[in-house]
Amino acid sequence: MNFSILTDNMDMFLEGFKVTIIASITALIASLLLGAFIAVLRIAPYKPLNWLGTTYVEFFRNIPLLIIMLFVYLVFNFKGLTAGTIALTIYTTAFIAEAIRAGILSIPKGQMEAARSSGLTYSQAMRIIILPQAIKVVIPPLGNQFINLVKNSSLVAVIAGGDLMYQADLISARTFKVMDTYILVAMFYLILTIPLSLGVGYLEKRLAKSN
Amino acid sequence: MDFIGAYSADNLTFLVNGFWLTLKMAFIAIILSFILGGVVGTLRFAQIPVLSQVLAVIVEVIRNLPLLLIIFFTFFALPEIGIKFKEVPAAIIALTIFEAAMLSEIIRSGLNSIDKGQMEAARSSGLSYFQALWHIIVPQALRRMVPPTVSQFISLLKDTSLAVVISVPELTHQAQIVYGQKSGYLEPTLLVVVLMYFVVNYTLSILSRRLEVKRT
Repeated sequence: MNFSILTDNMDMFLEGFKVTIIASITALIASLLLGAFIAVLRIAPYKPLNWLGTTYVEFFRNIPLLIIMLFVYLVFNFKGLTAGTIALTIYTTAFIAEAIRAGILSIPKGQMEAARSSGLTYSQAMRIIILPQAIKVVIPPLGNQFINLVKNSSLVAVIAGGDLMYQADLISARTFKVMDTYILVAMFYLILTIPLSLGVGYLEKRLAKSN
Repeated sequence: MDFIGAYSADNLTFLVNGFWLTLKMAFIAIILSFILGGVVGTLRFAQIPVLSQVLAVIVEVIRNLPLLLIIFFTFFALPEIGIKFKEVPAAIIALTIFEAAMLSEIIRSGLNSIDKGQMEAARSSGLSYFQALWHIIVPQALRRMVPPTVSQFISLLKDTSLAVVISVPELTHQAQIVYGQKSGYLEPTLLVVVLMYFVVNYTLSILSRRLEVKRT
Protein backbone atom coordinates (compact mmCIF):
# COMPACT_ATOMS: atom_id res chain seq x y z
CA MET A 1 0.00 0.00 0.00
CA ASN A 2 1.45 3.29 -1.13
CA PHE A 3 0.40 6.15 1.11
CA SER A 4 2.10 8.77 -1.05
CA ILE A 5 -1.03 8.60 -3.21
CA LEU A 6 -2.96 9.90 -0.24
CA THR A 7 -0.48 12.63 0.71
CA ASP A 8 0.19 13.72 -2.90
CA ASN A 9 -3.50 14.00 -3.75
CA MET A 10 -4.85 15.03 -0.38
CA ASP A 11 -6.54 18.14 -1.79
CA MET A 12 -8.47 16.07 -4.35
CA PHE A 13 -9.54 13.46 -1.79
CA LEU A 14 -10.70 16.17 0.59
CA GLU A 15 -12.51 18.05 -2.18
CA GLY A 16 -14.35 14.84 -3.11
CA PHE A 17 -15.07 14.05 0.53
CA LYS A 18 -16.54 17.53 0.98
CA VAL A 19 -18.73 17.21 -2.13
CA THR A 20 -19.96 13.77 -1.02
CA ILE A 21 -20.89 15.15 2.42
CA ILE A 22 -22.58 18.25 1.01
CA ALA A 23 -24.59 16.26 -1.54
CA SER A 24 -25.65 13.71 1.11
CA ILE A 25 -26.67 16.24 3.75
CA THR A 26 -28.48 18.53 1.32
CA ALA A 27 -30.38 15.57 -0.12
CA LEU A 28 -31.14 14.26 3.39
CA ILE A 29 -32.68 17.52 4.60
CA ALA A 30 -34.65 18.03 1.39
CA SER A 31 -35.93 14.45 1.35
CA LEU A 32 -36.88 14.58 5.03
CA LEU A 33 -39.13 17.56 4.34
CA LEU A 34 -40.54 16.12 1.12
CA GLY A 35 -40.80 12.64 2.63
CA ALA A 36 -42.79 13.91 5.63
CA PHE A 37 -45.11 15.70 3.21
CA ILE A 38 -45.63 12.58 1.08
CA ALA A 39 -46.18 10.46 4.20
CA VAL A 40 -48.92 12.84 5.37
CA LEU A 41 -50.50 12.68 1.90
CA ARG A 42 -50.60 8.91 2.21
CA ILE A 43 -52.38 8.84 5.58
CA ALA A 44 -54.56 11.95 5.16
CA PRO A 45 -58.31 11.18 5.23
CA TYR A 46 -58.77 12.09 1.52
CA LYS A 47 -58.59 9.37 -1.11
CA PRO A 48 -57.14 11.50 -3.97
CA LEU A 49 -54.26 12.62 -1.72
CA ASN A 50 -53.57 9.01 -0.68
CA TRP A 51 -53.49 8.04 -4.31
CA LEU A 52 -51.05 10.84 -5.16
CA GLY A 53 -48.69 9.89 -2.34
CA THR A 54 -48.82 6.19 -3.18
CA THR A 55 -48.10 6.85 -6.85
CA TYR A 56 -45.04 8.92 -5.98
CA VAL A 57 -43.65 6.29 -3.61
CA GLU A 58 -44.34 3.28 -5.84
CA PHE A 59 -42.99 4.96 -8.97
CA PHE A 60 -39.68 6.21 -7.61
CA ARG A 61 -38.97 3.18 -5.42
CA ASN A 62 -39.16 0.89 -8.40
CA ILE A 63 -36.85 2.59 -10.90
CA PRO A 64 -33.05 2.84 -10.71
CA LEU A 65 -31.54 5.99 -9.21
CA LEU A 66 -29.12 6.18 -12.11
CA ILE A 67 -31.99 6.63 -14.57
CA ILE A 68 -33.46 9.45 -12.48
CA MET A 69 -30.03 11.05 -12.38
CA LEU A 70 -29.49 10.79 -16.14
CA PHE A 71 -32.96 12.20 -16.70
CA VAL A 72 -32.46 15.26 -14.47
CA TYR A 73 -28.96 15.82 -15.84
CA LEU A 74 -29.71 15.46 -19.54
CA VAL A 75 -33.26 16.77 -19.83
CA PHE A 76 -32.95 19.80 -17.53
CA ASN A 77 -29.28 20.54 -18.24
CA PHE A 78 -28.30 21.14 -14.62
CA LYS A 79 -24.67 20.90 -13.54
CA GLY A 80 -23.56 17.43 -12.42
CA LEU A 81 -23.67 18.04 -8.68
CA THR A 82 -26.99 19.93 -8.77
CA ALA A 83 -28.64 17.28 -10.94
CA GLY A 84 -27.20 14.57 -8.73
CA THR A 85 -28.48 16.12 -5.52
CA ILE A 86 -31.94 16.67 -7.01
CA ALA A 87 -32.08 13.05 -8.21
CA LEU A 88 -30.89 11.76 -4.83
CA THR A 89 -33.64 13.80 -3.17
CA ILE A 90 -36.37 12.54 -5.50
CA TYR A 91 -35.29 8.93 -4.96
CA THR A 92 -34.66 9.05 -1.19
CA THR A 93 -37.93 10.90 -0.56
CA ALA A 94 -39.85 7.79 -1.60
CA PHE A 95 -38.04 5.64 0.98
CA ILE A 96 -38.19 8.22 3.76
CA ALA A 97 -41.92 8.75 3.16
CA GLU A 98 -42.44 5.02 3.72
CA ALA A 99 -40.36 5.05 6.92
CA ILE A 100 -42.29 8.00 8.33
CA ARG A 101 -45.64 6.52 7.36
CA ALA A 102 -44.77 3.22 9.04
CA GLY A 103 -43.74 5.15 12.16
CA ILE A 104 -47.01 7.06 12.34
CA LEU A 105 -49.07 3.92 11.72
CA SER A 106 -47.18 2.10 14.50
CA ILE A 107 -48.78 4.38 17.10
CA PRO A 108 -51.98 2.73 18.43
CA LYS A 109 -55.23 4.24 17.11
CA GLY A 110 -56.41 4.81 20.70
CA GLN A 111 -53.83 7.58 21.07
CA MET A 112 -55.43 9.63 18.32
CA GLU A 113 -58.95 8.87 19.53
CA ALA A 114 -58.08 9.84 23.12
CA ALA A 115 -56.39 13.05 21.95
CA ARG A 116 -59.35 13.97 19.76
CA SER A 117 -61.90 13.28 22.47
CA SER A 118 -59.94 15.41 24.94
CA GLY A 119 -60.61 18.34 22.57
CA LEU A 120 -57.54 18.55 20.31
CA THR A 121 -58.00 19.06 16.56
CA TYR A 122 -56.65 16.44 14.10
CA SER A 123 -53.51 18.44 13.32
CA GLN A 124 -52.93 19.33 16.99
CA ALA A 125 -53.25 15.68 17.98
CA MET A 126 -50.88 14.72 15.15
CA ARG A 127 -48.31 17.30 16.19
CA ILE A 128 -48.47 17.02 19.98
CA ILE A 129 -49.41 13.37 20.56
CA ILE A 130 -48.65 11.17 17.55
CA LEU A 131 -45.48 12.63 15.97
CA PRO A 132 -43.35 12.80 19.18
CA GLN A 133 -44.06 9.09 19.76
CA ALA A 134 -43.52 8.22 16.10
CA ILE A 135 -40.09 9.92 15.94
CA LYS A 136 -38.62 7.31 18.28
CA VAL A 137 -39.71 4.52 15.92
CA VAL A 138 -38.70 6.40 12.78
CA ILE A 139 -35.12 7.38 13.67
CA PRO A 140 -33.40 3.99 13.10
CA PRO A 141 -34.87 3.50 9.59
CA LEU A 142 -34.05 7.13 8.79
CA GLY A 143 -30.46 6.44 9.84
CA ASN A 144 -30.39 3.50 7.44
CA GLN A 145 -31.68 5.73 4.67
CA PHE A 146 -28.93 8.23 5.40
CA ILE A 147 -26.32 5.46 5.05
CA ASN A 148 -27.88 4.50 1.72
CA LEU A 149 -27.84 8.13 0.71
CA VAL A 150 -24.10 8.47 1.37
CA LYS A 151 -23.47 5.30 -0.65
CA ASN A 152 -25.83 6.34 -3.43
CA SER A 153 -24.19 9.76 -3.70
CA SER A 154 -21.33 7.93 -5.45
CA LEU A 155 -23.54 7.80 -8.55
CA VAL A 156 -23.02 11.54 -8.90
CA ALA A 157 -19.59 10.58 -10.30
CA VAL A 158 -21.30 9.16 -13.41
CA ILE A 159 -22.55 12.66 -14.30
CA ALA A 160 -19.24 14.38 -13.37
CA GLY A 161 -20.41 15.72 -10.02
CA GLY A 162 -16.94 16.02 -8.44
CA ASP A 163 -17.63 13.68 -5.49
CA LEU A 164 -15.26 11.10 -3.96
CA MET A 165 -15.79 8.49 -6.68
CA TYR A 166 -15.24 11.11 -9.38
CA GLN A 167 -11.97 12.28 -7.79
CA ALA A 168 -10.91 8.64 -7.42
CA ASP A 169 -11.32 8.23 -11.17
CA LEU A 170 -9.12 11.28 -11.83
CA ILE A 171 -6.50 10.24 -9.28
CA SER A 172 -6.23 6.67 -10.54
CA ALA A 173 -5.96 7.91 -14.13
CA ARG A 174 -3.10 10.19 -13.09
CA THR A 175 -1.16 7.84 -10.83
CA PHE A 176 -1.94 4.50 -12.54
CA LYS A 177 -2.38 3.04 -9.03
CA VAL A 178 -6.00 1.92 -9.27
CA MET A 179 -6.10 -0.47 -6.35
CA ASP A 180 -4.42 1.85 -3.84
CA THR A 181 -6.63 4.75 -4.89
CA TYR A 182 -9.85 2.79 -4.50
CA ILE A 183 -8.81 1.34 -1.15
CA LEU A 184 -8.20 4.89 0.10
CA VAL A 185 -11.55 6.05 -1.25
CA ALA A 186 -13.19 3.09 0.47
CA MET A 187 -11.65 4.32 3.74
CA PHE A 188 -13.18 7.75 3.23
CA TYR A 189 -16.63 6.21 2.67
CA LEU A 190 -16.26 3.98 5.72
CA ILE A 191 -15.34 7.00 7.88
CA LEU A 192 -18.83 8.27 7.08
CA THR A 193 -20.89 5.09 7.01
CA ILE A 194 -19.49 2.88 9.79
CA PRO A 195 -20.23 5.33 12.66
CA LEU A 196 -23.74 5.83 11.23
CA SER A 197 -24.27 2.09 10.99
CA LEU A 198 -23.06 1.50 14.57
CA GLY A 199 -25.29 4.33 15.78
CA VAL A 200 -28.34 2.85 14.04
CA GLY A 201 -27.57 -0.58 15.51
CA TYR A 202 -27.36 0.91 19.00
CA LEU A 203 -30.65 2.80 18.61
CA GLU A 204 -32.39 -0.31 17.26
CA LYS A 205 -31.28 -2.32 20.28
CA ARG A 206 -32.43 0.37 22.71
CA LEU A 207 -35.75 0.64 20.93
CA ALA A 208 -36.26 -3.12 21.08
CA LYS A 209 -35.57 -3.04 24.82
CA SER A 210 -37.92 -0.13 25.54
CA ASN A 211 -40.79 -1.97 23.84
CA MET B 1 -39.02 14.79 -29.13
CA ASP B 2 -39.11 12.16 -31.85
CA PHE B 3 -41.19 9.28 -30.58
CA ILE B 4 -41.64 7.56 -33.95
CA GLY B 5 -37.92 7.57 -34.77
CA ALA B 6 -36.88 6.52 -31.27
CA TYR B 7 -39.37 3.63 -31.23
CA SER B 8 -38.20 2.06 -34.48
CA ALA B 9 -38.17 -1.72 -34.46
CA ASP B 10 -34.36 -1.77 -34.38
CA ASN B 11 -34.13 0.53 -31.37
CA LEU B 12 -36.78 -1.36 -29.41
CA THR B 13 -35.15 -4.72 -30.14
CA PHE B 14 -31.85 -3.24 -29.00
CA LEU B 15 -33.40 -2.09 -25.71
CA VAL B 16 -35.20 -5.38 -25.12
CA ASN B 17 -31.90 -7.24 -25.62
CA GLY B 18 -30.35 -4.99 -22.99
CA PHE B 19 -33.21 -5.66 -20.61
CA TRP B 20 -32.85 -9.38 -21.15
CA LEU B 21 -29.20 -9.14 -20.06
CA THR B 22 -30.25 -7.04 -17.04
CA LEU B 23 -32.71 -9.76 -15.99
CA LYS B 24 -30.22 -12.55 -16.58
CA MET B 25 -27.49 -10.81 -14.56
CA ALA B 26 -29.87 -10.05 -11.71
CA PHE B 27 -31.12 -13.63 -11.66
CA ILE B 28 -27.65 -15.20 -11.63
CA ALA B 29 -26.43 -12.72 -9.00
CA ILE B 30 -29.39 -13.32 -6.67
CA ILE B 31 -28.92 -17.08 -6.77
CA LEU B 32 -25.17 -16.88 -6.18
CA SER B 33 -25.56 -14.31 -3.43
CA PHE B 34 -28.29 -16.32 -1.71
CA ILE B 35 -25.91 -19.30 -1.56
CA LEU B 36 -22.94 -17.19 -0.41
CA GLY B 37 -25.08 -15.11 1.93
CA GLY B 38 -26.64 -18.31 3.30
CA VAL B 39 -23.26 -19.76 4.19
CA VAL B 40 -22.04 -16.50 5.75
CA GLY B 41 -25.29 -15.87 7.61
CA THR B 42 -25.41 -19.40 9.01
CA LEU B 43 -21.77 -19.31 10.12
CA ARG B 44 -22.41 -16.02 11.90
CA PHE B 45 -25.59 -17.43 13.47
CA ALA B 46 -23.69 -20.48 14.72
CA GLN B 47 -21.26 -18.11 16.51
CA ILE B 48 -18.13 -20.04 15.71
CA PRO B 49 -15.36 -18.20 17.61
CA VAL B 50 -13.02 -16.01 15.52
CA LEU B 51 -14.62 -16.98 12.19
CA SER B 52 -17.93 -15.33 13.09
CA GLN B 53 -16.18 -12.14 14.17
CA VAL B 54 -14.05 -12.00 11.02
CA LEU B 55 -17.13 -12.50 8.86
CA ALA B 56 -18.97 -9.82 10.83
CA VAL B 57 -16.24 -7.29 10.02
CA ILE B 58 -16.15 -8.24 6.33
CA VAL B 59 -19.95 -8.04 6.02
CA GLU B 60 -20.05 -4.70 7.81
CA VAL B 61 -17.36 -3.22 5.53
CA ILE B 62 -19.00 -4.43 2.31
CA ARG B 63 -22.45 -3.28 3.40
CA ASN B 64 -21.12 0.19 4.12
CA LEU B 65 -19.36 0.72 0.79
CA PRO B 66 -21.02 2.03 -2.36
CA LEU B 67 -21.72 -0.70 -4.92
CA LEU B 68 -20.20 1.53 -7.60
CA LEU B 69 -16.88 1.35 -5.77
CA ILE B 70 -17.05 -2.44 -5.59
CA ILE B 71 -17.76 -2.62 -9.33
CA PHE B 72 -14.84 -0.31 -10.13
CA PHE B 73 -12.62 -2.28 -7.80
CA THR B 74 -13.51 -5.63 -9.37
CA PHE B 75 -13.04 -4.45 -12.92
CA PHE B 76 -10.18 -1.93 -12.71
CA ALA B 77 -8.22 -2.67 -9.53
CA LEU B 78 -8.10 -6.48 -9.40
CA PRO B 79 -6.26 -6.75 -12.76
CA GLU B 80 -3.32 -4.97 -11.03
CA ILE B 81 -2.80 -8.13 -8.98
CA GLY B 82 -3.43 -10.39 -11.96
CA ILE B 83 -7.14 -11.15 -11.47
CA LYS B 84 -8.91 -10.26 -14.70
CA PHE B 85 -12.58 -10.60 -15.61
CA LYS B 86 -14.55 -9.62 -18.68
CA GLU B 87 -17.23 -6.94 -18.18
CA VAL B 88 -20.26 -9.17 -17.58
CA PRO B 89 -18.59 -11.60 -15.14
CA ALA B 90 -16.98 -8.66 -13.31
CA ALA B 91 -20.39 -7.03 -12.88
CA ILE B 92 -21.98 -10.28 -11.69
CA ILE B 93 -19.15 -10.89 -9.21
CA ALA B 94 -19.37 -7.35 -7.81
CA LEU B 95 -23.17 -7.56 -7.52
CA THR B 96 -22.90 -10.98 -5.86
CA ILE B 97 -20.37 -9.82 -3.26
CA PHE B 98 -22.44 -6.76 -2.39
CA GLU B 99 -25.82 -8.52 -2.28
CA ALA B 100 -24.42 -11.54 -0.42
CA ALA B 101 -23.44 -9.19 2.41
CA MET B 102 -26.99 -7.81 2.47
CA LEU B 103 -28.60 -11.26 2.22
CA SER B 104 -26.39 -12.72 4.95
CA GLU B 105 -27.95 -10.20 7.34
CA ILE B 106 -31.46 -11.13 6.20
CA ILE B 107 -30.68 -14.81 6.64
CA ARG B 108 -29.02 -14.32 10.03
CA SER B 109 -31.92 -12.30 11.39
CA GLY B 110 -34.33 -14.86 9.96
CA LEU B 111 -32.54 -17.62 11.87
CA ASN B 112 -32.39 -15.45 14.99
CA SER B 113 -36.14 -14.84 14.81
CA ILE B 114 -36.89 -18.50 15.52
CA ASP B 115 -37.56 -19.10 19.20
CA LYS B 116 -34.49 -20.39 21.09
CA GLY B 117 -36.63 -23.18 22.59
CA GLN B 118 -36.87 -24.81 19.15
CA MET B 119 -33.13 -25.40 19.05
CA GLU B 120 -33.04 -26.56 22.65
CA ALA B 121 -35.91 -28.98 22.14
CA ALA B 122 -34.31 -30.36 18.95
CA ARG B 123 -30.95 -30.80 20.63
CA SER B 124 -32.42 -32.53 23.68
CA SER B 125 -34.34 -34.93 21.42
CA GLY B 126 -30.97 -36.14 20.17
CA LEU B 127 -30.26 -34.17 16.98
CA SER B 128 -26.79 -32.75 16.44
CA TYR B 129 -26.41 -28.94 16.15
CA PHE B 130 -26.34 -28.95 12.35
CA GLN B 131 -29.16 -31.52 12.10
CA ALA B 132 -31.28 -29.32 14.33
CA LEU B 133 -30.36 -26.28 12.25
CA TRP B 134 -31.14 -28.01 8.97
CA HIS B 135 -34.33 -29.89 9.90
CA ILE B 136 -35.89 -27.62 12.53
CA ILE B 137 -34.62 -24.03 12.33
CA VAL B 138 -34.02 -23.47 8.59
CA PRO B 139 -37.45 -24.64 7.36
CA GLN B 140 -39.18 -22.26 9.78
CA ALA B 141 -36.81 -19.39 9.11
CA LEU B 142 -36.97 -19.71 5.30
CA ARG B 143 -40.59 -18.59 5.26
CA ARG B 144 -39.66 -15.39 7.08
CA MET B 145 -36.71 -14.73 4.78
CA VAL B 146 -38.67 -14.78 1.54
CA PRO B 147 -40.30 -11.29 1.62
CA PRO B 148 -37.08 -9.37 2.47
CA THR B 149 -35.21 -11.46 -0.11
CA VAL B 150 -37.69 -10.44 -2.81
CA SER B 151 -37.21 -6.79 -1.79
CA GLN B 152 -33.47 -7.30 -2.03
CA PHE B 153 -33.97 -8.73 -5.53
CA ILE B 154 -35.72 -5.48 -6.50
CA SER B 155 -32.70 -3.52 -5.25
CA LEU B 156 -30.46 -5.85 -7.19
CA LEU B 157 -32.42 -5.33 -10.41
CA LYS B 158 -32.10 -1.58 -9.99
CA ASP B 159 -28.43 -1.89 -9.09
CA THR B 160 -27.59 -3.75 -12.31
CA SER B 161 -27.90 -0.33 -13.99
CA LEU B 162 -24.56 0.60 -12.36
CA ALA B 163 -22.84 -1.95 -14.59
CA VAL B 164 -23.08 0.73 -17.27
CA VAL B 165 -19.86 2.27 -15.87
CA ILE B 166 -17.86 -0.73 -17.08
CA SER B 167 -19.74 -0.87 -20.40
CA VAL B 168 -21.83 -3.97 -19.75
CA PRO B 169 -24.46 -3.92 -22.52
CA GLU B 170 -27.44 -3.99 -20.10
CA LEU B 171 -30.55 -1.82 -20.38
CA THR B 172 -29.08 1.51 -19.22
CA HIS B 173 -26.07 1.10 -21.49
CA GLN B 174 -28.24 0.25 -24.50
CA ALA B 175 -30.43 3.25 -23.69
CA GLN B 176 -27.40 5.55 -23.79
CA ILE B 177 -26.55 4.25 -27.24
CA VAL B 178 -30.11 4.68 -28.51
CA TYR B 179 -30.55 8.25 -27.27
CA GLY B 180 -27.04 9.10 -28.42
CA GLN B 181 -28.13 8.75 -32.04
CA LYS B 182 -30.28 11.87 -32.20
CA SER B 183 -31.10 14.63 -29.72
CA GLY B 184 -34.85 14.05 -30.03
CA TYR B 185 -34.52 10.46 -28.85
CA LEU B 186 -33.58 11.26 -25.23
CA GLU B 187 -36.98 11.57 -23.55
CA PRO B 188 -38.75 8.80 -25.50
CA THR B 189 -35.90 6.38 -24.76
CA LEU B 190 -35.72 7.15 -21.06
CA LEU B 191 -39.50 6.81 -20.88
CA VAL B 192 -39.54 3.28 -22.27
CA VAL B 193 -36.55 2.29 -20.12
CA VAL B 194 -38.29 3.57 -16.98
CA LEU B 195 -41.36 1.60 -17.99
CA MET B 196 -39.39 -1.64 -18.37
CA TYR B 197 -37.71 -1.34 -14.97
CA PHE B 198 -40.93 -0.23 -13.31
CA VAL B 199 -43.18 -3.00 -14.60
CA VAL B 200 -40.87 -5.77 -13.40
CA ASN B 201 -39.98 -4.17 -10.07
CA TYR B 202 -43.54 -3.17 -9.26
CA THR B 203 -44.77 -6.69 -9.97
CA LEU B 204 -42.09 -8.04 -7.65
CA SER B 205 -42.93 -5.54 -4.92
CA ILE B 206 -46.61 -6.57 -5.04
CA LEU B 207 -45.49 -10.19 -4.79
CA SER B 208 -43.29 -9.38 -1.80
CA ARG B 209 -46.20 -7.65 -0.05
CA ARG B 210 -48.52 -10.62 -0.72
CA LEU B 211 -46.02 -12.95 0.87
CA GLU B 212 -45.72 -10.69 3.89
CA VAL B 213 -49.49 -10.50 4.38
CA LYS B 214 -49.81 -14.26 4.10
CA ARG B 215 -47.23 -14.75 6.81
CA THR B 216 -48.88 -12.56 9.41
